[in-house]
Amino acid sequence: MDEKRTFLGVDVVKPRVGFFELSSCEGCQLQLLNNEATLLDFLSMVEVVNFREGMTEKSDAYDIAFVEGSITRKDEEERLLAIRRNATLVVALGSCACFGGVNQLKNRFNDLEWVKKEVYGDHPIDTQETKPLSAIIDVDLEIYGCPIKKEEVETIVTNLILGKAINHPKYPICMECKARENICLFDLGEPCLGPVTRAGCDAWCPSNRLGCWGCRGPAPAANMAQFLEICKAKDIPMERIMDRLECFGGFQQSVEQLRTKEGSKP
Amino acid sequence: MKKLTCNVDIKHLTRVEGHGNIKITIQDGKVAEARWEVVETPRFFEAMLVGKHYENAPYICGRICGICSIGHTLASIRTVENCFGMEPSTQTAKLRLLLKHMETLQSHILHVYFLAAPDFLGVGSVLPLTQSHPDVVQRALRLKLLANDICDEVGGRRLHPTRTVVGGFTMLPDKYRMQQFKSRLKTCLPDLTDSAELFKSFAFPDFTRETEFVSLKGVNDYPFIGGDLISTDGVNKKEHEYRTMSNEYMDEYSTSKLSKLSRQSLAVGALARFNNNHVHLEKMAKDVATMLGLTPVNHNPFMNNVAQLVECVHVVLDAIRLIDEILSTEYQAERQPVTPRAGVGVGAVEVPRGILYHCLEFDGDGRIIKGDCVIPTSQNHANIFHDIEELAVFCVEHGKTDRETELLAEMLVRAYDPCISCSVH
Ligand code: SF4
Ligand code: SF4
Ligand code: SF4
Repeated sequence: MDEKRTFLGVDVVKPRVGFFELSSCEGCQLQLLNNEATLLDFLSMVEVVNFREGMTEKSDAYDIAFVEGSITRKDEEERLLAIRRNATLVVALGSCACFGGVNQLKNRFNDLEWVKKEVYGDHPIDTQETKPLSAIIDVDLEIYGCPIKKEEVETIVTNLILGKAINHPKYPICMECKARENICLFDLGEPCLGPVTRAGCDAWCPSNRLGCWGCRGPAPAANMAQFLEICKAKDIPMERIMDRLECFGGFQQSVEQLRTKEGSKP
Repeated sequence: MKKLTCNVDIKHLTRVEGHGNIKITIQDGKVAEARWEVVETPRFFEAMLVGKHYENAPYICGRICGICSIGHTLASIRTVENCFGMEPSTQTAKLRLLLKHMETLQSHILHVYFLAAPDFLGVGSVLPLTQSHPDVVQRALRLKLLANDICDEVGGRRLHPTRTVVGGFTMLPDKYRMQQFKSRLKTCLPDLTDSAELFKSFAFPDFTRETEFVSLKGVNDYPFIGGDLISTDGVNKKEHEYRTMSNEYMDEYSTSKLSKLSRQSLAVGALARFNNNHVHLEKMAKDVATMLGLTPVNHNPFMNNVAQLVECVHVVLDAIRLIDEILSTEYQAERQPVTPRAGVGVGAVEVPRGILYHCLEFDGDGRIIKGDCVIPTSQNHANIFHDIEELAVFCVEHGKTDRETELLAEMLVRAYDPCISCSVH
């Protein structure tokens, strides 16, 4: 796998990459392994020097660090800072790393003591409010999704290595969903965050007849007010919309605004 | 002979899911310390669920674990349906079992080939094997791809499934593609036979420590979804009595809860299922077990790798049968209506690493009052801990070097295929 590669006549250097996980389900890393058909090609583009879940050897000399998971304990902050010092580029891999992911659902109670007691009773246990990577370090690139979409990651990583620009779609999931000619879930009486969520997953869930839960966070071009009007007109209970908006942490701003407006408790 | 002194200190063991440490100190031929520590950060899933409407439960709980997200989703769905007094249709039950089988295949192949096999072939990861044993890596990828492709078709997505909901499925698999999957499953049987041949060349350490094996109890089939609970020490319980089967407690060395039953520890997983339910295996799976020297009740934790391969054979054959049955009947409604009611539901499902229990308490509107999830790896932690102690003694007796002791300890923990982030959740 050591042959030289070129792109448009320019030598392509194999970057040294490391994969790291903080608090997560490790599903995003698994998605990379789940790419059986192209895995070996993908691996030949990079030199993996640190991947605890898959290999014994480890090195701190890496160019690109892919970090999965969110921060929920002090030692994770320290690990992340060390990764930032070692790496040229830090990539947040998946919604836990980008927004806190499902892990931030515990923040909505605003009561860590209650949260700890609910699970561990009186046994002492260490945790803090769930944070995304960007709360602690500068993140160079965010790859959204719970889980990440493997095809999208491969394109992004290829572009990264070739020095091509990486542009996330600004339009919402609905665009992709329409292109796939799916039945709109609103017509089946199901809520869907497609109108306000950032595209890029090729309308993964609506194409399987499940409404979008907004795992990729808000689309820059989204119109939240209009979306809420649609939900109202379609008689979708606000609770079901809130469940989806607050699930992965990407819509944190809207959630806070809505909570204040509705006076609804978490 | 010189008295053995040895120091093993592994921080964040590699090639396992999640974060755990191994410490072994042997001084002058005596084991001074031998420990398995779980340092994973807790994510508090049980708290996250409180106040949420039932439809959130499988969706959120699936995210406990990326590798067995299908198992968690199905356990959560079963829990909700049990509480609401719902019985899945035959069609739904078959599709769920097929999906479950393919998760088992995907997860076991990932473990035996990518995480465990490198130790037996003397390398640090699967990467060098792409050069030295390309056929082996290709075979593993082929099997995993097939399992994942079927998960995509039945569950909508290979991890964090989209089609699986309380009441059934949002969408049914395409029958034409199911037909194709059936042929692919048939053609993968030689890959499994070749896997068995490969395993025959592996030297599984001759180490045993007697323990109690807990799993679902098969009645007519090798069990995966729901039913009674059984242990090799003769304990029999109902699904809803899971708490007295797992008896969770806390310990200073672990952020995960731990379990015990009749002894100081218990074991769950492929080996536990095999030990309790081997009579229900497909014949070809039984033959592979015999060929690899696995007979019940086996107390060698390293043989869990073999039990996983045996289960791969079983689930492939059973998946072929299920697809045949699904193809030979007209599709019925994919989803039944859901009427919430107050109460408590329990769901037990055999996920790749062992028996998983979910329990949810609901109010009359279908909102969660309390949640509890007992994870296979958390049930195994205490057993791993005591195995490490015993292994340290074994290493002293056999005059193993530092490096040999370290490798054996790593291989031992890996044999359980621990899913540590899942165990802490
Ligand atoms: S973003 Fe989702 S899939 Fe990825 S690690 Fe977090 S919970 Fe797992
Ligand atoms: S199903 Fe969702 S994503 Fe698709 S068109 Fe309707 S609202 Fe948009
Ligand atoms: S459809 Fe929505 S919830 Fe589903 S993967 Fe895409 S962004 Fe995430």
